[in-house]
Amino acid sequence: MDLSAFPPVGALLSPFTPAPRWQPGRVGARHSEVFASAEEASGAAAALALWVDGRRAAEGAALEERPWLWVQDAAALRRSGRPYRPGLPAALRRGLIHVAARKAEDALFALEEGVRCRDLAGVIGEIAGNPRALDFTASRRLSLAAERHGVPLFLVRLDAARDLSSARMRWQVRAAMSPPARWNPQAPGAPAWHAELFRARGHVPGEWILTDDEHGLDASQHPGAPDHGDLAAAAGDRSLAAR
Amino acid sequence: MAIWLPRLAIDRWRLAEACQRGEGADAAPLALIAETAQGLRIAAANDAGLAAGAVPGMMLADARAVCPALAVGPSDPGGDRAFLERLALWARRWGPWAAVDEPDGLCVDVTGAAHLFGGEARLLADVEAGCAARGLAARMAIAPTAGAAWALARYGAERAILDSFSPSSLRAERSTPGHHAGRPGVLRGLSPRNDERISEALADLPVAALRLDGAALLVLRRLGLKRLGDLHGIGRDALKRRFRDRSPDANPLLRLDQLLGRRPEPLLPVIAVSAPLVQRRLLEPIRYRELLDRVVADLAADMEHALEARGAGARRLELGLWRVDGDAAFRTLELAAATREAAHIARLFAARLDDVEAGFGIELARLRATWTEPLACEQGALGSAGEEQGTSLAVCIDRLSVRLGAAAVRRPVAHASHIPERAQRWQAPLEPDAPEQEQMMFHARPLKLLDRPEPIEVLYATPDGYPRQFRWRAGLHEVVRVAGPERIAPEWWRQKGSARLRDYYRVEDSVGRRYWIYRHGIAGDGRGGPPLWYLQGLYA
Repeated sequence: MDLSAFPPVGALLSPFTPAPRWQPGRVGARHSEVFASAEEASGAAAALALWVDGRRAAEGAALEERPWLWVQDAAALRRSGRPYRPGLPAALRRGLIHVAARKAEDALFALEEGVRCRDLAGVIGEIAGNPRALDFTASRRLSLAAERHGVPLFLVRLDAARDLSSARMRWQVRAAMSPPARWNPQAPGAPAWHAELFRARGHVPGEWILTDDEHGLDASQHPGAPDHGDLAAAAGDRSLAAR
Repeated sequence: MAIWLPRLAIDRWRLAEACQRGEGADAAPLALIAETAQGLRIAAANDAGLAAGAVPGMMLADARAVCPALAVGPSDPGGDRAFLERLALWARRWGPWAAVDEPDGLCVDVTGAAHLFGGEARLLADVEAGCAARGLAARMAIAPTAGAAWALARYGAERAILDSFSPSSLRAERSTPGHHAGRPGVLRGLSPRNDERISEALADLPVAALRLDGAALLVLRRLGLKRLGDLHGIGRDALKRRFRDRSPDANPLLRLDQLLGRRPEPLLPVIAVSAPLVQRRLLEPIRYRELLDRVVADLAADMEHALEARGAGARRLELGLWRVDGDAAFRTLELAAATREAAHIARLFAARLDDVEAGFGIELARLRATWTEPLACEQGALGSAGEEQGTSLAVCIDRLSVRLGAAAVRRPVAHASHIPERAQRWQAPLEPDAPEQEQMMFHARPLKLLDRPEPIEVLYATPDGYPRQFRWRAGLHEVVRVAGPERIAPEWWRQKGSARLRDYYRVEDSVGRRYWIYRHGIAGDGRGGPPLWYLQGLYA
């Protein structure tokens, strides 16, 4: 019997194959949210690492020095500090433009102006809590503007509840034990975070340990997370509608 | 050519009083006084006042003792300076550019212009007649260098002219610079023949003609050097050893070289600049916001044309709105980069017009560009390109700083300091970077720094040992890994002697949160009690 007359199994299954798992080294979403605690810098650091990883995938390993925007509202500034230039990755130091907004409304305005600007390489926002101004409509505006103008936006939500949002990828991030430093095992090593992708368009949710060393972002499977295989992940607060 | 106005302040006062010399109010002794730290001091006095014994620089009380009838008026140095600037513009009728020579003189470049007035002597006569017609007492002189002209105007004969050689030979030498090297005896700039002539002609002038400050003149007088000719007898090396100051005001050798033309002396000419201005007079006073927005958009379009005509872009704009009932409102706008885009300007002003009181209506709107920069013409956006491609960086920053304030949109730049919070400074986003030193590779600095280090309670094994556990913001952190200490000493050249050093530790707690903490001081350093601990930075 000539099997070539039949379509291959993969083609039959394709409408039903689950979305691919996220992995570093791919161009990321235009609008992502990172939930983190304000008592640690993990949120902003993971957002920077994911953004740089996406830029490397799009532009090549050597990053062009382009201006980028870091917007903070007053509460985020007070609770988690101000960007410190010597601590930034060397390729990002010159381009940083910092916006200290007083209220969340001003921060959202600055974010939207930022993603509309063609000269910016990206926009990082930090907003503390769940302000009334940051509702689904505001988030949708940001998503549409970011996708229209092609400027990636990472919104770090400090000490915030997981509210409604139109962000394409939503992460929950907390610090993880760093790998031992190369020369001094007693010292803190390269930054590492425990990252949970709990809502994403086009990816299945999952948990990873992200490590950002000089070679780039590296993701390993979180040891505690069970491998669900093809099973649907727990619903959590994600939509139950078919994707 | 140098013009000296020895009686500038008094002449201005007389012009303001509209009286002739020696008549009316000027007939009585009068002094213009300035307030100093020691009290009222005479800045200038008229002829009758000088005759009565009031000398500029004298205390008013002393002058009153000599001449009780002395009348006084306030002196006005700012007004004198502004008058001098206008006079410099007026003096450009005799030469292509003129510079202000503080506090009471002008320098006009008349190179190659004297023949237009029938020779240098006639030029000076014309200047004297012009100044006399304006009621100004003036002395003037022409010389090959600005320094020599200055000296002759103040200490030389009336209307002195020092022409080194005839204009034709000057022109010939200037037009054939290639031959200079080949011709024997001709050096750069003025020929040696020329500076010898200048030094011969000026040898009898006092050393004050060198434009020196009081201290240098005092030294010269104590050395017995009274005339310029006395300085020629002394070797250059001796003068160089004695006067090491690099500022020309305190260095006779530099001044002498400038006077003789051996050293160039750039002067700063005064140039009249008019700010582009557009305005709309409104037939019907406007009271509503939509109409005002329309008028501002029209003004911005006019301003765009005005700026385009001069190839400039605006950095600062001032919008004035005059009301029918005799009140006015002003709004100033500063832009991050030069622009003349009407829509952008109108949009930025629209954000600032919310609190304008219209009263009975606005009858006159005026837009002025008080600061402009050159801006070349560009290809305009085709179709809806602006909507598709997004805004430029300068436009984005303008919008942000108009809504949030200029202090909210800034860029960190490196600063040469060891203290972590001083190692970065903030500046406007589009300003160029200052040169900076490369970061030390072994310094691992935190991603974020708290504005104010927060005190923490630390448990440690020994007073100088590693921290074991700390409490910050009501959370307990067990230190698992630690690197340090990195000792950062206070900057003794800036801080007080009692400032304490800091020992910085990079720590990681049991769940992986990484912090930068420091101990402020060491136990027993004699600069306060037991050292306190602070948390300053958050690592990635």
